[in-house]
Amino acid sequence: MALLDVARNALPLVGVDPAVLNDADVAHAVVLGHNVVSVHGVPGVEVALRRNGQLLEGSVTVAPGVEVARPIHLCFGLEGPRDVQEVRVDFQLGQGARARVTSCCAFPGARDARHLMHATLVLGTDAVLTYNEHHHHGMHGAMIVAPHASVRVGTGARFFSNFALLAGAAGKLEIDYDVAVGDDGLAELSARVVARQADEVTLKEAVRLVGVRSRGLIRSRVVVQDDAHAEVVGITEAAGRLARGHVDCREIVLGRARAGATPVVRVLHPEAKVTHEAAIGSVDRKELETLMARGLSPEQAIELVVSGILR
Amino acid sequence: MQRHDGAVMAEAFLHVRDLACVINGRHVLRGLDLDVREGEIHALIGANGSGKSTLAFILMGCDGYAATAGVTRFKGTDLAPLAIHERARLGMTLAWQQPAQFEGITVREYLGLRRSGVDPAWALAQVGLDPGRCLDRSVDRTLSGGERQRIELASVLAMKPDLAILDEPTAGIDLLSMAQILAIIRALRDGGGAVLLITHQEEVALAADRASVLDDGRIRHTGPPQDTVAHFLARGGEHGVA
Ligand SMILES: Nc1ncnc2c1ncn2[C@@H]1O[C@H](COP(=O)(O)OP(=O)(O)OP(=O)(O)O)[C@@H](O)[C@H]1O
Ligand SMILES: [Mg+2]
Repeated sequence: MALLDVARNALPLVGVDPAVLNDADVAHAVVLGHNVVSVHGVPGVEVALRRNGQLLEGSVTVAPGVEVARPIHLCFGLEGPRDVQEVRVDFQLGQGARARVTSCCAFPGARDARHLMHATLVLGTDAVLTYNEHHHHGMHGAMIVAPHASVRVGTGARFFSNFALLAGAAGKLEIDYDVAVGDDGLAELSARVVARQADEVTLKEAVRLVGVRSRGLIRSRVVVQDDAHAEVVGITEAAGRLARGHVDCREIVLGRARAGATPVVRVLHPEAKVTHEAAIGSVDRKELETLMARGLSPEQAIELVVSGILR
Repeated sequence: MQRHDGAVMAEAFLHVRDLACVINGRHVLRGLDLDVREGEIHALIGANGSGKSTLAFILMGCDGYAATAGVTRFKGTDLAPLAIHERARLGMTLAWQQPAQFEGITVREYLGLRRSGVDPAWALAQVGLDPGRCLDRSVDRTLSGGERQRIELASVLAMKPDLAILDEPTAGIDLLSMAQILAIIRALRDGGGAVLLITHQEEVALAADRASVLDDGRIRHTGPPQDTVAHFLARGGEHGVA
């Protein structure tokens, strides 16, 4: 099978229609193992990716003022079940640029494979970037996936990220995002993860509100079941005058699973403010009892509550 | 049940005898008897902390609210061994005094939990909410208190229960809408069901067919609502609470 077809076949796993890769209006990069399978840019969007030894290096650049109509698709897959894939990508959004990125990490056949991502994202003044990342790590549970990102949100710029891993085995997942927000900038980080079997999940998200009136939101929803373990660390640092941060973290722990949450809040300016709420534990009893009082079995009730918080 | 003249009297739809409940060493209910008949709205009134919600939780089978003694039967079936959902499947349900919030679950889904054939949009319209605006909202804290209360009532309505236990369904409902809410409670009854209506509001109690006063862990009086409310207020006078 051609490499592109392998990649195409994996996309529906993460809810993406493979037909986008044939669409000339959609910028994309497709990587399988260490092979760059396909790269495509559109006016105002430059996508570059090349192999450098065991490393894949590339960049995505959106020119100033360009509004990219369709999401830029970055698709990562593996060639063999034990591949080690290490990627370094620099994203640059010029002043006033607007773009959406759909990043698909679909590794259906993975066993003890590894995917390491180091991304740097720089959003120029008033730029807007929505970064949606969908993962599927196969069913084996031995994969190591480490998406790391360092983000700089410029003056008046807005950054929205949504990470989702809802099906299959997470394996060992280590998310590490660090976002610095400038004057009047905004960063909203959302992550939804389901950990099963012996999965080990660490979710570390830091938002540094450096600028005046900068705003940040960290929202995480993690469901841990079986023998899985999750640790969530949400760091919000408010240094700018009138900076506002909020952390909203929910972890649902089912069966023998374990979970921890460490909210770190630092306020470094007298006029800055950070609020946080965290709930960690089993499904709320009153929610369950209400659904059961409408006739749902305990199992159906848990399933519904869990599906709700993962939306 | 055998009457002294020998005639056999049918047991009430909801039949509660000598019910007792101890919470944290305190006798919240002791020797409580209550009959709710098929097709009646039965109001339950009583001071704050008198045990009305506790009774509702015991009847529904909520965790932490087991009876320490007594009998509870619904349609002749002993409720004690049944889990909440089994009681629900027998035809009873409870609307909580403070309804739960559900992140990510839409009003449409919430009203469609039980495939009773009732259209969620119809149920919403009944409680005075615009289906177009509400159906796709989440049943979470973004709803106002009154909206949430109405949705709770709509979800009971959508279930078409044989017995609806409504714990303060008019709390947080604006005065102008009271008549509408009372009409829904009557509709629940007129559809063939019974309603156990826990309330603090006199006008709501007066809309019932019968009413009971809960005081000191027991039902102290049962009768026409007017008399029962008068009885409650008179006793409140004695105790200095109303
Ligand atoms: N889980 C609990 N733990 C401790 N005490 C409880 C618990 N549930 C109820 N109680 C106590 O039992 C008593 C009865 O409470 P209940 O909520 O049934 O009263 P109520 O009649 O519904 O009052 P209100 O009119 O304020 O709603 C109160 O004193 C209450 O504090
Ligand atoms: Mg109460």
